[in-house]
Amino acid sequence: MQSKDDKSKAEFLAEAEDILEDLNQHLLQMETMVDAGSVDQDIVNAIFRGVHSLKGLSGMFGFDGISSLAHKLESLLDALRLGKVEITLDVTSAIAAAMDRLKDLSGDIGRGGVESSGYADMVAMIDEAMVSRSLSEKKTITEDLEIDNGIVSVLTEYEEHRLKENIKARNNIVLVKARFDLATFDKDLTALNDKLRGKGEIISTLPSSGINPEEGIEFNLLIGTKDAFEKIASEVAAPRISSIEIKYRNTAAKSEAASSSLRSLSKTVRVDIKRLDRLMNIVGELVLVKSMMLQISKELRGMQGFTGIAIDLYKTSREFDRKLGELQEGVIEVRMVPIGQIFTRLAQAVRKYAAELKKDVEIEMLGEDTELDKLVVEDISDPLMHMIRNAIDHGVESVEERARRGKPKRGHIQLNAFPKGNRVVITVDDDGGGIDHEKVKRRAIEKGLLDPGVTLTRREMLDLVFLPGFSTSEKVSDVSGRGVGMDVVKKNVAKLSGVIDIDTAIGRGTKFTITLPITLAIIKALMVKVGREKFAVPLSSVLETLMVTHDRITTIEKREVISLRGETLPLLRLDRVFGLDDDGTGGAGADFLYIVVAGIAEKRIGFVVDRLVGQQEIVIKNIGEKLKNIPGIAGATETGDNDVVLVLDVESLIDEATMRR
Amino acid sequence: MAFHVLIVEDSRAMRGLIRATVEQMPDFTSFEAGSGFDALKALPAHKFDLIITDINMPDINGLELISFVKGHPQYKETPLIVVSTEKSEEDRKRGMTLGASGYLVKPFKGNELQDMVRKVLGIE
Repeated sequence: MQSKDDKSKAEFLAEAEDILEDLNQHLLQMETMVDAGSVDQDIVNAIFRGVHSLKGLSGMFGFDGISSLAHKLESLLDALRLGKVEITLDVTSAIAAAMDRLKDLSGDIGRGGVESSGYADMVAMIDEAMVSRSLSEKKTITEDLEIDNGIVSVLTEYEEHRLKENIKARNNIVLVKARFDLATFDKDLTALNDKLRGKGEIISTLPSSGINPEEGIEFNLLIGTKDAFEKIASEVAAPRISSIEIKYRNTAAKSEAASSSLRSLSKTVRVDIKRLDRLMNIVGELVLVKSMMLQISKELRGMQGFTGIAIDLYKTSREFDRKLGELQEGVIEVRMVPIGQIFTRLAQAVRKYAAELKKDVEIEMLGEDTELDKLVVEDISDPLMHMIRNAIDHGVESVEERARRGKPKRGHIQLNAFPKGNRVVITVDDDGGGIDHEKVKRRAIEKGLLDPGVTLTRREMLDLVFLPGFSTSEKVSDVSGRGVGMDVVKKNVAKLSGVIDIDTAIGRGTKFTITLPITLAIIKALMVKVGREKFAVPLSSVLETLMVTHDRITTIEKREVISLRGETLPLLRLDRVFGLDDDGTGGAGADFLYIVVAGIAEKRIGFVVDRLVGQQEIVIKNIGEKLKNIPGIAGATETGDNDVVLVLDVESLIDEATMRR
Repeated sequence: MAFHVLIVEDSRAMRGLIRATVEQMPDFTSFEAGSGFDALKALPAHKFDLIITDINMPDINGLELISFVKGHPQYKETPLIVVSTEKSEEDRKRGMTLGASGYLVKPFKGNELQDMVRKVLGIE
C-alpha cells in the first residue's frame, strides 16, 4: 500500500483532467475561429499554456508517455503562436487527436497505473502537420521603440513576438499606467483589462511597487491597438489611471472617425418562448447524439487504428460538435433580454411605495443592458420587487431618524446588474439602518425558530432572516407584510440555481447580492457515482475534488468533517442521504474516499462519492410531480448512454448538512 | 534559523510537490500562490526569505514578478529561483538577467531543488 504514491497520482490525474477539459473547450473555440477566418491570439496562447503545464506536470510525476506526447504537441503550438506554422483545420484536428490520446493515456494511469496506449502515430501526425503547414521564416522587424528597457526586458519571448506582430500590423502601441489598492487590485485590474480588450491586445502586464508599497500597486499595461491614441486616452481615462502614453505611433493607422452612418431600423421578430424551449430541447437531444457519435468513433479507432475512415469519422464528429456548439450558443442568444425591461417596472413601484410610506427615497439603476435568459428575468422580478420594498420599508429610516444620524434626508437605493463570467450579479444596496444580527437572533428565538442554547456566527445569525415566518419589523406594515418574506425570495433565487448573500453594517446600510446563471437551459455538470447510481453535480457549484484517506475524517458535534487548508469542511455521504446500498465496488478502493467540494455563497460542503465519472453538458428536465419534493434533487437529465441521471440540488443539500443541528 | 518560502506556480499538483520538497528540509515553512496576483498579495503580508516561481502563468508572468520583487523595498535582496521547462530557455535567461539567483528545469528531482535552495540561501 503505497498510499503516498496513490495520493499524488490522484492529484496528478485530477489536475490533468481539468487541463484537458479546458484545452478541449479552447480548441473548439479555436476551430470556430479558424472557420471564421480570424484566430484570437489569446486562445492559441491559452492552449499552448495548457499543454505546457501538462508536460511539466507529467514529467515531474514520471509519466513519460504523456510528457513526450505533450512535448511534441507543445512544439507545434509554440510554432503556431509564434506564427511559424499556419493554423488550419487540418492542424487543429491533429491537435484534437493528440489531445484525445493524452486523455487515453491519463485514463490508463487511472485504471492500471501504466500508460499502455501507444502514441507513435500521433507524433508522426504532428510532425507532418508542422512540415506541411510551416510558413517561411518571417523576417523580424526590429524598430526603435521608445519603450523603457525596463518594460521590454520583462517580456517573454512570446510577448516580444506579439509586440513585433502588432507593430507589423501597423497598430499603435500604448502604455497605460494604473495604480490600485493592494486589497482590490485583482478585481480592478480585471475590470480595466476587460475594457481594454475591447480595443486591442494586451501585450504585457507589469506590476511595480514604487518606493512606497503602502501607496498600492502600479501596473504598466502595454497595448497594441488599431484605435488612435487620443481615442484610447479619452475612453479609458479614470481616476485610477495615472498616465497613458503612446509608445509607438503608427502613421498609417487611421483614426476612426465618429461613425455617422444611419442606424438601420431594427428588424425584429416576436417569438413565443415555448418555441425557443422546444429548439433548446432539440439541441439538448443533439448533445446526446453527439456523445454517442464520439463513442462510435472511438470504438472504430479501437478496431482499426487511427486510419482511413476512422480519421474521416473523427473529423466529421469534431465538425458536428463544433457546429452544435454554435447552434447552442445561437439559441441561448435569442433567449437573452436586457434586464432593464424589469428595472423600469421596479422604478415605478418604488415611487408608489415610497409615497405610501411617506419616505423620501431615490433609486439609482445601473447595468440595464445586462442580458439574461427571458425566463430568468421574469422569475427574478418578484423577488427583486420584494427586496426593494423591504429596503424602503425596513432599511431606509424615517426622515427624522436620518437627520438624527447625520445622513442625507433622502434615502438612496441602488440596483445594479452586471455580468460575471457566465453568471449575472444583481445587487440591491440601501443606505439605511442596516440589520442588527443580535436582534435577528433574538427575534428568531422569540418566534420559536431557533433554540436559545445554540451558538451562531454573525453570518449564521444573518442567514436566519431567510427562515420561513421571520420578520424583523416591530410592526407589520401594509407594504412589506403582504405574505412574502425573505424565505420566498430565497426559494425563488434557489429555484433559478442562484445564490443570495447579505452584507450589512449597522447604521450604514444593507446590500443583497444575487448571483444567477445566465441561462438554465444547458449546464455543465460533474458526473459522480455512488453505489450503482450516477448523479450530476452542476459544475458551477463544484470548487474542487479531493481524494483522502479515511483517517482524515473527524467528527465534530456528531457531524463528519475534514480539515481543508485550515478550514473545517462538513461532509455529506450521498449514499446515506439517498438511502443507497453500497455495490461493493467502492471506486476509490478501501483506503480512499473521493470528495467533491461544492459551494454556494459562503457555504461549503464535501460530498462523499465512490467515483468521479467526468464532466458533461446536460439539459436539466423537470421531474414528475411525485418526485418534485424530494429534497436534494433539482431535476433529471439523460446521458449519451440513455441513462437517466438525477441532478443534485447543492443548495438544499448544504442546508441539510449545515442547518440541522 | 527558520526560512519562509513563497511558491508561485499555477499547477496545483506541481505546487504541492514543491511545497512537500521544501518542507522536508528542517526549519522550512512555505506559502503557496496559485497565480502571479496571489503572489503580489502575499508578498506584503508575509516575510519571505526565498521565492520560487514558474514563468508561464496566466495573469502576470514570472519575469514580471521578478521585476516587481527586485523593485520592492522589502524584497529587493531576496533570492529567487525560477522553475520552468526546457522550452522556455530564452525566458529563463531573461529571468537570470532580471536578477534571479538560480533556475531549475522541469522535471527536476527533489534533492536538486533542495540543493539549489540551500545554495541560494548560503546554507550548506
